[in-house]
Amino acid sequence: MQLLGIIISLLGGGVLALMTGHRSPVASRWLSLASLLVASMFYTSLWLDSTHSLSTSLWTMHTDWPWIERFGIHLLLATDGLSLVLIGLTLVLGYVALLSAWHEINHRCGLFYLNFLFTLAGVVGVFSALDLFLFFVFWEVMLVPMFLIIAIWGHENRRFAATKFFIYTQASSLLMLAAMVGLVLLNQQQTGLWSFSWFTLTQTDTSGSMGMWLMLGFYVAFLVKLPGLPVHNWLPDAHTQAPTPGSILLAGILLKTGAYGLLRFVWPLFPDAALAFAPIAMGLGVLSVLYAAKLAFAQNDLKRLIAYTSISHMGFVSLGIFAWNHLSLQGTVMQMVGHGLSSAGLFAIAGLLQQRLHTRALDQMGGLWALMPKLATLSMVFALATLGLPGLANFIGEFMILLGVFQIEPWAASLAALAMILAPVYALVIMQKGFFGMAVGDKTKALDLNARELLMLGLLVVSLVLLGFWPNLIFTVTAAPVDSLMHLGKGG
Amino acid sequence: MNWVELASLIPLLLVASISVILLLLIAFARSHKLTCWVTCIGFALAAFWAFSQMGDTPQQVTPLLIIDDFSRLLGAVVLLVSLACAWMAYAYLETADEICEEYYILLSLAALGACVLVSSNHFASMFIGLELMSVSLFAMVGYMAHSKQQVSMTLEAGVKYMVLSGVSSSFLLFGVALIYAYAGTLTIDLKVISGGPHLQSGYLVVGAALMLVGVAFKMSWVPFHMWTPDVYQGAPAPVTGFLAAAVKVAVFAFVMRWLMMAQGEYLNGLLLGLTLMAVLSMIMGNLLALRQSNLKRLLGYSSIAHMGYLIVTLAATAPDGAAALSTALEGAAIYLITYACMTMLAFAVISQLAAKDRRFESGTLMDYEGLLFQQPLLAGSLILAMLALAGMPLTAGFIGKYYLVLVAVDSQLWMLLGLLVLGSSLGLYYYLRVILVLCKPPVSDHHWVLGTNEKLLLMLLMLATLWLGIYPTPLIEWVQFAIA
Repeated sequence: MQLLGIIISLLGGGVLALMTGHRSPVASRWLSLASLLVASMFYTSLWLDSTHSLSTSLWTMHTDWPWIERFGIHLLLATDGLSLVLIGLTLVLGYVALLSAWHEINHRCGLFYLNFLFTLAGVVGVFSALDLFLFFVFWEVMLVPMFLIIAIWGHENRRFAATKFFIYTQASSLLMLAAMVGLVLLNQQQTGLWSFSWFTLTQTDTSGSMGMWLMLGFYVAFLVKLPGLPVHNWLPDAHTQAPTPGSILLAGILLKTGAYGLLRFVWPLFPDAALAFAPIAMGLGVLSVLYAAKLAFAQNDLKRLIAYTSISHMGFVSLGIFAWNHLSLQGTVMQMVGHGLSSAGLFAIAGLLQQRLHTRALDQMGGLWALMPKLATLSMVFALATLGLPGLANFIGEFMILLGVFQIEPWAASLAALAMILAPVYALVIMQKGFFGMAVGDKTKALDLNARELLMLGLLVVSLVLLGFWPNLIFTVTAAPVDSLMHLGKGG
Repeated sequence: MNWVELASLIPLLLVASISVILLLLIAFARSHKLTCWVTCIGFALAAFWAFSQMGDTPQQVTPLLIIDDFSRLLGAVVLLVSLACAWMAYAYLETADEICEEYYILLSLAALGACVLVSSNHFASMFIGLELMSVSLFAMVGYMAHSKQQVSMTLEAGVKYMVLSGVSSSFLLFGVALIYAYAGTLTIDLKVISGGPHLQSGYLVVGAALMLVGVAFKMSWVPFHMWTPDVYQGAPAPVTGFLAAAVKVAVFAFVMRWLMMAQGEYLNGLLLGLTLMAVLSMIMGNLLALRQSNLKRLLGYSSIAHMGYLIVTLAATAPDGAAALSTALEGAAIYLITYACMTMLAFAVISQLAAKDRRFESGTLMDYEGLLFQQPLLAGSLILAMLALAGMPLTAGFIGKYYLVLVAVDSQLWMLLGLLVLGSSLGLYYYLRVILVLCKPPVSDHHWVLGTNEKLLLMLLMLATLWLGIYPTPLIEWVQFAIA
């Protein structure tokens, strides 16, 4: 029931925020915070229960209610350690995004918080739906509020970016729908039963060329969301044009749904096809890592730069998943969490700078360290996390992925390791252009962080450092689920 | 004709009696409100009756009409659509500078024609139904022709619809004549008469092709779609709603019945023609809708695309196994019903808006800017309709799209599936454009208040769109019942 509690409190909070938003924007903010708090309480209870029974049972079943019996579709919600970690990330970044919206969003607040909380609820649903039909519903439905967040509260070119984001995702997910239906029909031919349940479909025999086509349908949808080359093109626009809380949600959580899909669906459902396809996927991953890192270096728009670094980091995730061994998969989970936290931090910084300086252009900044020492220091922390400094979460993730990949495809690991040179270049460019050197223009009015902003960034820094020094916090929870996924993905 | 047969005709008789009652009523007392009430109640009763008879044994009433669960279900859908058209017309006609009571007579005649079409299994009754519907629609499309509020497009639309509809009917009749020359009977169930395998005569193939042309006009399948955008834009919004939903449901129901009966070469020829039209409709409809600035015109092109999608289910009826056939027919019926529901929602919004200001139907999308913040209910309904037409989950549109994909994958129609994905992706662009326009900051003042009736209609249609999307099990069961 705790999972339903999380989803319902988020949805309910959204509706309440909409209803109060007309009269009092302040009330809608506090209501959103309250609904996040309630959701976190449910989550804490879920975490305690699940970790307590970790040794005995892999899955915590929440609901299994019949929905559309004609096709054996159920409202099947279940969580394992992997889902648990990602839902936790969703809630933490929910707080960060909410705090960043606090003063940035000042028109149509009620509607904003409705969309905001519905996006969170949709993502929680994606991470816990084990019925493929239900998964698809959450996958699509979380798009609409995100689309509206970009289209209504975004920056100068928001409508274009929102439309591009929506069409990319929706078009690719239609392929996924077709592949999903194909898989279900395949299973129906083999067993004579209709089922969309992940637990049933992982037993389907998907060897053969049909399996490859179906796998590609899923892969493309997840690759778009991840995003990876060559379908990454929506991301720089969407991330740049979204308002700060929107960018945080996009980079921090929505990209992770793509990675989650690859982990949960592509390998376990199509082990043979995925194994055959792995070299190509890893090649694309390496390309993403290097190409996006190079593009990031060339950007002048701060948010665009961060957006490209996201593509580069998600290239690692793609690599790690398609290496498919214990080391690389654990690294992937850590990389997902670490990147979620660090990119959220960087986007929050970009938002704060834009609020103060009214620009995102790096060449309009410079010399900010003297004016805003607290903000500059925290930016340094996030930049270092991005470049993979030991002691912060990202390092653990990237290092384990490289180790894992090296066992499978040494060439891929060697090439991807070049990012260890490229990442410092783009990360330090942010610091150098933005914070060091001489100030451009009159910026004396720029204020340093206030308490709310410190709290928001502090939350991220603490999480990054904590996971950097104590990664077992996550690894102990995800070890068993990752092993069981690996077992499914090995096929036979 | 015995009493049981007569009883099964009650929905048709009820609809027919509406028009007579209205004629008398208008002769004695002209009252817009009363006329509208009588029409609505009549439609509601007839729909309820048709629906409540589901499960009874099929009745062949004279050689002309068959009243089975299929015609009961789709007849009820047609009647509910007509009910919505009457309901939304009230506010629209109330603000028109035109005498308005006759609209309801025409509407009930058109609905009667549509119901006859749904229940016909004979070419004669098919033609009667089709013409009854079309001739009433000529007048309805041009209904506002003498109004000072909108002259130019309306007259054009009326004349265009009349001429092209007449041409298409003559094609249809010629086709029927050729089939008759071959078979010596007007029943659509040819295999009963001539016993199957010898259905390869040239008469039959040419006749079927000509009939297909006639039907394609009504369904606005490319390349017979030319009238659609102009007529959609020029006709009064409630009439466009009827054209977009009821006419399509009725004509397509006949096509389904026809194909269920056909077989052999006859069927293969038809399927080839249908597949070609599907390809063209999906591509042209979506491409041409991209840059439209008038919402009704945009919906016209969008309906061309949707009718193209609908053919995918027919193309899957190729004779290879009963399982595929029943899934395909189930998919076709469900797609039709969900499409009717979401289209009515869109046109209900447009006609409510047009009742306040005619610019909303004749002008550009610019007039809709900022509507979300001034008229949240109307704009919310329109957003829901657009999302449903785009096929988002939790709306009726998704269930329809899911069935299309299911049928296409099941029958391995990869090319059509690919075009379906491509077309839907293109389609997103223009549906999103409408949503984006609604979300822009407001420019003009739209602070009028909606009446209770209008709100109720919108609520009901929204509820139906969401309900079909969230819990489609009852719908699926009814449809399975109907095609069994």
